[in-house]
Amino acid sequence: MADQANFVRDAMEYMGSLYSAALRMTRNPSEAEDLVQETYLKAYRAYGGFQQGTNLKAWLYKILTNTFINSYRSKKRRPEITDVEDIEDLYLYKRLAGREASSQGSFGRSAEEEVLERFSDEDVKRAVESLPEQFRIAVLLADIEGFSYKEISEIIDVPIGTVMSRLHRGRKALQKALLEFGLSHGLVTVEAAQSDK
Amino acid sequence: MINDGEKRSCQETMQRLYDFLDGELTDSKRQAIKEHLDTCSPCLDAFGFEEELRHMLATKCRDKVPDVFLHRISLALSSEQFKNNFTSSDGSTMIDNKDGIDNSE
Repeated sequence: MADQANFVRDAMEYMGSLYSAALRMTRNPSEAEDLVQETYLKAYRAYGGFQQGTNLKAWLYKILTNTFINSYRSKKRRPEITDVEDIEDLYLYKRLAGREASSQGSFGRSAEEEVLERFSDEDVKRAVESLPEQFRIAVLLADIEGFSYKEISEIIDVPIGTVMSRLHRGRKALQKALLEFGLSHGLVTVEAAQSDK
Repeated sequence: MINDGEKRSCQETMQRLYDFLDGELTDSKRQAIKEHLDTCSPCLDAFGFEEELRHMLATKCRDKVPDVFLHRISLALSSEQFKNNFTSSDGSTMIDNKDGIDNSE
């Protein structure tokens, strides 16, 4: 059992990542603050029952995600239709590959990898936020927070196979969104996207 | 030229790309992929790109917590602690578990 008196000491170090995740989930700074505050208050009240030595970060994310789904999502719920079935694997890589090939050395970073650096923080955040909610949460937990499939399955309470499927589809949709941001901001040239058809 | 055996190996390797990057493979499967990547530049490039993309996502999706908000949350927690000290004896701050928080893990 964890001692409630230690809650602030134990849990505050995850504030930054929970706050960022809340922003991606709500897409609204004031709702993100409310969501994080509610999460910390609930976690504080429940902390006496938290098993010390188990995964505190995953436990906090479970509260954050449940709170988001139960209280925040419904406000602006709208049908989210995204057909990702026609997005191939390695979508972005295939559209960036082969360009500026002459600049690619045998060592170090490839031209495609350098294109990624041109994306601003804002571009990347907006691309993640453009994903349908189920995909967005899976990608957030895996690619940004580094949780394992098993941890994600426990956080969002779905089978591991569902986690993998949402991740697979979410990652493809994200690559497509990134390419669209890259094109509209002139980070990627039009010829790269022509292979899209 | 690539023979059929190597082609199959590229396909198998690419199918495992995310499991590999996600650290979800057994040591022996992981080793088999590493051995393939050592000898196959196209696969190595694709893996490198996806790994870099992952790194970019993780580093570019960070936001600074506003100081005002940090202050607000500290106050909220202090006030909760204060309330708790006054009500714990009669149990009136029983945990509200309607969000399905499982403490047993």
